Amino acid sequence: MTPELQNAGIDAWLVRFSDGIDPAVQPWINAFCQDCRTAFGGLLVELVPSYTTVLVQYDPWQLDDTGARRVIERVLDQMVPDSSGGGGRLVEIPVWYDPSVGPELELIAARHGWTPQQVAAAHAASEYQVFALGFVPGFAFMGMLSPELAMPRLATPRKKVPRGSIAIAERQTSAYPQQTPGGWNLIGRTPVVLFDANRTPMTTLEPGDRVRFISISRETFIKLGGDASPVEEVAP
Amino acid sequence: MSVVATLRVEKAGPLALLQDGGRFGVRHLGITQGGPMDWHAAGWANALLGNDPGAAVLEVAIGGLRLVAEAELTLSLCGADLSASVNGQQLRPWQRFTLRAGDRLAFGMPRCGVRAYLGGCGGWRGVPALGSVACVGREGFGGHKGDGLPLDDGDQLQPEVRSQPLPSYSYVPPEYQPDYGQPAALGVIPGGQTAFFDGASLYEAFNAPWQVDTRADRMGIRLLGPELVCHHPGMVSEGLAAGAIQVPPDGQPICLMNDRQTIGGYPRLGTLTPLARARLAQCQTGETVRLRATGIERARHEYFGAQKAIGSFQGQKTCAAGRG
Repeated sequence: MTPELQNAGIDAWLVRFSDGIDPAVQPWINAFCQDCRTAFGGLLVELVPSYTTVLVQYDPWQLDDTGARRVIERVLDQMVPDSSGGGGRLVEIPVWYDPSVGPELELIAARHGWTPQQVAAAHAASEYQVFALGFVPGFAFMGMLSPELAMPRLATPRKKVPRGSIAIAERQTSAYPQQTPGGWNLIGRTPVVLFDANRTPMTTLEPGDRVRFISISRETFIKLGGDASPVEEVAP
Repeated sequence: MSVVATLRVEKAGPLALLQDGGRFGVRHLGITQGGPMDWHAAGWANALLGNDPGAAVLEVAIGGLRLVAEAELTLSLCGADLSASVNGQQLRPWQRFTLRAGDRLAFGMPRCGVRAYLGGCGGWRGVPALGSVACVGREGFGGHKGDGLPLDDGDQLQPEVRSQPLPSYSYVPPEYQPDYGQPAALGVIPGGQTAFFDGASLYEAFNAPWQVDTRADRMGIRLLGPELVCHHPGMVSEGLAAGAIQVPPDGQPICLMNDRQTIGGYPRLGTLTPLARARLAQCQTGETVRLRATGIERARHEYFGAQKAIGSFQGQKTCAAGRG
């Protein structure tokens, strides 16, 4: 593995580990992030992992681009993927899969002549990787979904996607941490609070985590504090 | 405890936001940076009052804001000329001034530039979230009330302190005042997917005039001009630095600013230098700008020069402002 360094301004390098999405690079990215935090210490301003890259922003008053590059290259030379927890922690997310909170469940089912239950079972059957957080605080981009579950984004985004919605776009899946406009296909809802600025850690998921969705009943969903109001379809 | 005088918002205008140095160490959670769009003018607004470089200033975009002092207040105004006046008397930017109880500070139509920065002693009080009061509406963080919302009619603004030792100069020396009336030449450090752009497009990017689009906000500023063609085989979203220039399939560049999304999947032409970001933040809709290729060394040198001028003036260390 020979990651490539690309300039991203006077105080940042973008480190590219591969050209296309490749689950095999995730342990390397996890290790790189961990080792970078140690190597840069207080000179690190931001570390933003995303799929195949990590953006490393440093304090330009303390380090110039050559100095920062040297630190990054030393980290890359010495890193070992497995010893630094390269596999990521496993997080379980309970989901109530139901057409009332996941209107596209039936759409996906219809494509294959499946029942909504079969779609839910397929979604919950695999373990997913958190590649990046973005879009809104705590929104985790996870993959890869099996090709049968892949769905293009909605032609017209919904104005209001309820908080906790479990969603699919292409071969990725996610959970909406807050109510927001959004164009992903909804298949269910989790009672888990995915982002809370007053909590440590603030996000339930972090880049590098592995995720498994656990199918739960409506009763369990409500007992866990979930809001079972159906998705409101507002005309765009 | 002495009561700190307040500034009452008589009329809020379209967009006035509290901004400090910004939010850091949280980008990997999907949380944006925030902070003043024009760090240069905001830095001077703080320097004139002897504030910390990252103290909270009020970013006034476009104008239309009207404030009334409820007691004597020492303030500073830097950045755009938004036809500011005190009790109807013209107030030029780049200076420190005092309001007496009952004085009315009003902002009108932009004469030059887009964003003015109003400083208060010790910075304006806000409700911090994740270590910053930077006001980001879509995340609901920061601001004077802690809900990420801009100033509203009837709101109150309070400076952190009633008074503090002030620098000897009460205005920014003319040689340090940028002239937003001059055509903007924005420094770009090539990087990202530069090599995948069509040769003719690269030529045009750095030679054609670009027009600032109406689609311009704190997330990003779009430029209109020749269609830039990029032959990248397929991008995967990547972390976005401040000033990153993304080119979506329509070929019209978007310069990503303080409230940008944390990751993005369009090819990048390069990154605006810190000074170019500050300058672009003051460009009005329809204004013509040019992109000029530059290198890291030069951009760094120019940035440090500008920061050191601000820092030496206020007699404080500039390091804390290093996150531009």
